[in-house]
Amino acid sequence: MDFFIQQFVNGITLGGVYALVALGYTMVYGIIQLINFAHGEFFAAGGYVGVILLSFLAAHGIMDTHPWLGLGIALLLTMGYCAMLAMAVEKIAYKPLRQSSRLAVLLSALGMSIFLQNGLMLTQGVYDKAYPIGFTAGGWDFGNVRISLMQVLILGLTAILLVALNALVFRTNIGKAMRATAQDKVMSALVGIDSNRIIALTFAIGAALAAAAGILVGLYYGSVRYDMGFVPGIKAFAAAVLGGVGNITGAMLGGFIIGMVEIMAAAYIPHGGEYKDVFAFIILIAVLYFMPTGIMGENVDDTRV
Amino acid sequence: MIPAFSRPWLFLAVGLAWFFLLLWPLLGIHADGTLTFDKSFQVWIRVAVAATIFVGLRQLNKAGAFNYITRPLAKVRESGQSAASLIPKPVWILLALAVALAYPQFTGRYAQDVAVSVLVYVCLGLGLNVVVGLAGLLDLGYIAFYGVGAYTYALLSVHYGVPFWLCLPIAAMLASLAGCIIGYPTLRMRGDYLAIVTLGFGEIIRIILNNWMELTNGPNGILGIEAPSMIVPDFEDGLGFEFISLRKLQYLYYVVLFLAVFTIVAVHRLNFSRIGRAWEAIREDETAAELMGVNTFLLKLLAYAMGAVFGGLAGAFFAARMRFVSPESFTFLESAMVLAMVVLGGLGSIPGVILGALALVALPEVFRGFELYRMLAFGGAMTLMMLVRPAGLWPAKRMGRRSEEAE
Repeated sequence: MDFFIQQFVNGITLGGVYALVALGYTMVYGIIQLINFAHGEFFAAGGYVGVILLSFLAAHGIMDTHPWLGLGIALLLTMGYCAMLAMAVEKIAYKPLRQSSRLAVLLSALGMSIFLQNGLMLTQGVYDKAYPIGFTAGGWDFGNVRISLMQVLILGLTAILLVALNALVFRTNIGKAMRATAQDKVMSALVGIDSNRIIALTFAIGAALAAAAGILVGLYYGSVRYDMGFVPGIKAFAAAVLGGVGNITGAMLGGFIIGMVEIMAAAYIPHGGEYKDVFAFIILIAVLYFMPTGIMGENVDDTRV
Repeated sequence: MIPAFSRPWLFLAVGLAWFFLLLWPLLGIHADGTLTFDKSFQVWIRVAVAATIFVGLRQLNKAGAFNYITRPLAKVRESGQSAASLIPKPVWILLALAVALAYPQFTGRYAQDVAVSVLVYVCLGLGLNVVVGLAGLLDLGYIAFYGVGAYTYALLSVHYGVPFWLCLPIAAMLASLAGCIIGYPTLRMRGDYLAIVTLGFGEIIRIILNNWMELTNGPNGILGIEAPSMIVPDFEDGLGFEFISLRKLQYLYYVVLFLAVFTIVAVHRLNFSRIGRAWEAIREDETAAELMGVNTFLLKLLAYAMGAVFGGLAGAFFAARMRFVSPESFTFLESAMVLAMVVLGGLGSIPGVILGALALVALPEVFRGFELYRMLAFGGAMTLMMLVRPAGLWPAKRMGRRSEEAE
């Protein structure tokens, strides 16, 4: 039983990370119907900028005296950086292709993904980069179940960001404009919503969430790699599809399901660790086979972003 | 308001400032707590100069400064095109075939090597073209069939010594079986759901190849695969037969040329058959096609199976040419490459796909000198190409828009 609870905690943690990345996918998809393949790269870039900033702060001793302040600064700066990166990518690779076929945009996104990944490799090197992790080593023991500080941090931050995003989308004027643009670009433009600006903003918010996930994963596993964005990117997209693309609640749910399935498969099925990605995809295929628009259904009412 | 002529310059300035902000943290902040500017500035200044020249040339072109060059060039192209259309199509095809046949006689090993990979990608691209270009089913896991074909030949050759030519149909058959298995559950899905599920299937097959140690030897791959062989008549003393192994690159070139020509003819025949028309009908409007009596279920499955056949053939050849297979060769990036060829060349257009394969294999070779920057350039070029020519280099004549995409 203890073993199960431990795995459950691990699964929730991983699921939270996937949910954060999946939200960006689902928001972008909801608003311009595009699979943003470069989204996984925002996650990787977040991990890298995070390690750069944290090492810089650690070298100045800030991580020893005010670790939480340092982490907060690094997190905010990284999120801002990735938001800027996403806006640049959107402006260059997606905006000129608004009227083109879906395949053209998809390929443009793939090209950007390859470009960004290699850009990271060229500037940061091909080897793993280690995170300064000393300050997050704590944890609590409940019998045989151990919950580390890092897991609490990931879940707490995920919860805060999700609540903030929900508030933004459903309580503010910007959120209203986003929902309107997702529903009907032409009509919302007619009532005075600058759809280009809203789309850029959506990209920026999605990338900021992915960047936060990147830092958290870097801290959790202790290191980052230039190509670390690809697999979580695909899984996050799977999570978004699983929940019904364009549906924010669905993306969160999908993220947690994928994370849980992966951890449970690794723990309980022989050779499960080697095949854990396979289980995530099998769940995806099975769900889509029986519910072709995802668990929560593709939203067509005004809750879609 | 900003005058129209200065807007691109303003845009350039903002873009470059933005780029510096993105570049500097990656190169300028160091783990030992120091900040530097020189390295990021060096990279930035190069990009800035290139971008300024590009914008300058574009502005001059817009202002008409190059009219004395572009006008005559356009005229030459027009007259060239009308002259080319005078010569009938079969002549062009025979000419291309003659050049292809003579190619190894006047080129070196390196050029032949590049040509072999171009032809392999032509087979793959045409196979994917059946699925994406004709039937309109977005498949991001196509490379799995290539893998199935390669591993089929590798295993049969290493364990049972089955010859290459016998393996070709077996590889094609198994690949098409895999196509049906992957195709069946995805038939109800459309668009992006289909894309992600096929991507998932492709990854599943790669992970299985990577982890099933007993069968595939995992990430270490399979070594010692036989090259194709051939029996040639030998007239030296009476009529005898000689058994030769086609190990030399030149022979392999002819083998893959044969496969590519076979694929081209087959895809052309499929395209202009009743089945091909039905695929195109499904591509343009699935619901309407079904109402008109097209069996969409069977035909979509057939599209997967037929596409997979050519992938399997190319895979078997790949195993025979490398004489080594490992899961490394069947990653998502390869699927993306093949898809890029098909879309870049022009969906549904056979000459387009050939052109696309040529462009995408040749481009990284040109950049071989800057080995490190190859993939960076490849990614950038992919985006740039889509921005400049989203319909492809040689678009198919009949190509509509999917009904659910129209707004």
